Amino acid sequence: MNTLVFVETSEGKVRKASLEAVAYAHAMGGTTTAVALGKADLSELQAIGKYGASKVIHGSDPRLDNQVIQAYSSVLAKVMQDENADVLILANSSLGTPVAAKVAIKTNASFVSNVTELPNTSSGFMVKRSIYTGKAFAHVEMKNAKKIITIKKNAAELKEVGSNAQVINYTATLNDADFNTKTISSEKATGDILLPEAEIVVSGGRGMKGPEHWGILEALAKALHAATGCSKPVSDMGWRPHHEHVGQTGVKVAPQLYIAVGISGAIQHLAGVNSSKCIVVINKDADAPFFKAADYGIIGDAFEVVPKLTEAILASK
Amino acid sequence: MKILVCISHVPDTTSKINFIENNTKLDASGVQYIIGPYDDYALARAVELKELSGASITVLNVGGPETEPTIRKALAIGADDAIRINAFPADSFFVAAQIAEHAKGYDLVLMGRESIDFNGGVVHAMVGEMLGIPSVSPVMKLDIDGTTVKMTKEIEGGKEQVEAALPLVAGCQEPIAEWKIPNMRGIMSARTKPLNVVEPKNVEVTVANKNFELPPAKGAVKMISADNVTELVTRLKTEAKVL
Ligand SMILES: Cc1cc2nc3c(=O)[nH]c(=O)nc-3n(C[C@H](O)[C@H](O)[C@H](O)COP(=O)(O)OP(=O)(O)OC[C@H]3O[C@@H](n4cnc5c(N)ncnc54)[C@H](O)[C@@H]3O)c2cc1C
Ligand SMILES: Nc1ncnc2c1ncn2[C@@H]1O[C@H](COP(=O)(O)O)[C@@H](O)[C@H]1O
Repeated sequence: MNTLVFVETSEGKVRKASLEAVAYAHAMGGTTTAVALGKADLSELQAIGKYGASKVIHGSDPRLDNQVIQAYSSVLAKVMQDENADVLILANSSLGTPVAAKVAIKTNASFVSNVTELPNTSSGFMVKRSIYTGKAFAHVEMKNAKKIITIKKNAAELKEVGSNAQVINYTATLNDADFNTKTISSEKATGDILLPEAEIVVSGGRGMKGPEHWGILEALAKALHAATGCSKPVSDMGWRPHHEHVGQTGVKVAPQLYIAVGISGAIQHLAGVNSSKCIVVINKDADAPFFKAADYGIIGDAFEVVPKLTEAILASK
Repeated sequence: MKILVCISHVPDTTSKINFIENNTKLDASGVQYIIGPYDDYALARAVELKELSGASITVLNVGGPETEPTIRKALAIGADDAIRINAFPADSFFVAAQIAEHAKGYDLVLMGRESIDFNGGVVHAMVGEMLGIPSVSPVMKLDIDGTTVKMTKEIEGGKEQVEAALPLVAGCQEPIAEWKIPNMRGIMSARTKPLNVVEPKNVEVTVANKNFELPPAKGAVKMISADNVTELVTRLKTEAKVL
């Protein structure tokens, strides 16, 4: 089996979600080839080999520096053909998922998004995917000869299995039709840990009373090396940026640890956090519904408990 | 301008999900069906564009007769007519192929960023690809300037300003528009607006849902005293092993 993995880069660095995709492909067995497009650091590309890619194809055309979905899908469909790939793996993301959908049309592949486990190939090619926003799973048979999968966080264990890979420069044939959208500008939070990839998330809700109180959550997040998130009303009121809001209509996270402070635990919020391994809830109301979905709970005032918790974490290091 | 809004008919977020018939079918008893929340944003933006500069709005759903109340609600919110493609929405590819068949000739095809049953987030990209026109998602802001569409699109940890020419497919999310609640006049007029039922084109499905399962039940919460946060840290380290 020949498996191709699309590797996303951001500021030249390979995204962790994509390394998980490489690890996933490697764990499937067969040959794993990674493809990166646009600006990327050579050392970062070489290091993809450590997670199981035997080679890395790099389409370094500067026109690919902007993440243009149409152009990326054209190049990937072509590389899939050139490499005679049976399977293409991508991370589920605002880039990976639409790219995968377009490649599936171009290559007549079966496509499943939100896959949570390695495929079962004992009879046919079966994958398990998350549905109903984490409330259930489906076992799906992929019928076509070619298969495209986008994976959710934690679908594969990220471990080093090899050494640096060879990076092959690839000249993509691109035409005007591949640039049917134009990126005018982009704003990105820099230096922060990306919320969808974070292993620990500290989230605040309306119980935090106002944006000026986020300092104590940021201090806790810093002590834990965590990303910060929030509930929807918090981003609706402009206390925090929209891309930090977690839940049904926001980011779906799947960290090892999710700490919810002053969030009531409405079902729409839970929809974004129900894949977390461990949930801690801090709320002053003993009847807050979030406690039912939590592993650990503290009934108390956030403004007292959070600083104490930060202190305890720093003391335990 | 002709706008097509594609809506899914999905269980309300608060519905309890259960499966029957050997875990091969959703237990629809007690489930309340709604217009997909993101699709509702798409529809709301279509209505705003119509109010701003005039447009006709057609809503489209791929589904059986049971989806008609949902379609009528979209008509009550402000769509002018509707198409129901009479088929079970078996997979994203199948749905996209049905939509693409009817989407030619529209200037703007608006969808939700994802359906909340299968959460694929793919139908808009597939339809764009099938029609050979741009598709952008998730779109938080969408304005039309002549034949150019100016959009704000969310990306991981930020956003981008993106432009593309009409015709175009967009997957919408908040805060693109305020949800519209149907008023009495809308509800009355929706009863007589045309809802055309068409048969699907023959498309082979590429994937098959074999069966479903629920996640394992969560253990009981362990409560820790607010005066003893060190115990929480210890337990996170030694018991949960997440620190
Ligand atoms: C279609 C739809 C989609 C939605 N999508 C989302 C989504 O994606 N994400 C989302 O989050 N919501 C979403 N919502 C909104 C959701 O239903 C809730 O309204 C929202 O999650 C509530 O936010 P909250 O918990 O911060 O606020 P509240 O419900 O007001 O809860 C505040 C909590 O803080 C506690 N508190 C107050 N003071 C303190 C203190 N000093 N110390 C400790 N605790 C304190 C209170 O006891 C309370 O439990 C959606 C709603 C709809 C209808
Ligand atoms: N059965 C359907 N009928 C019409 N539109 C649909 C259907 N399923 C999905 N869509 C549209 O496609 C968008 C993305 O769906 P999905 O790719 O399934 O997440 C939804 O938000 C809807 O706008």
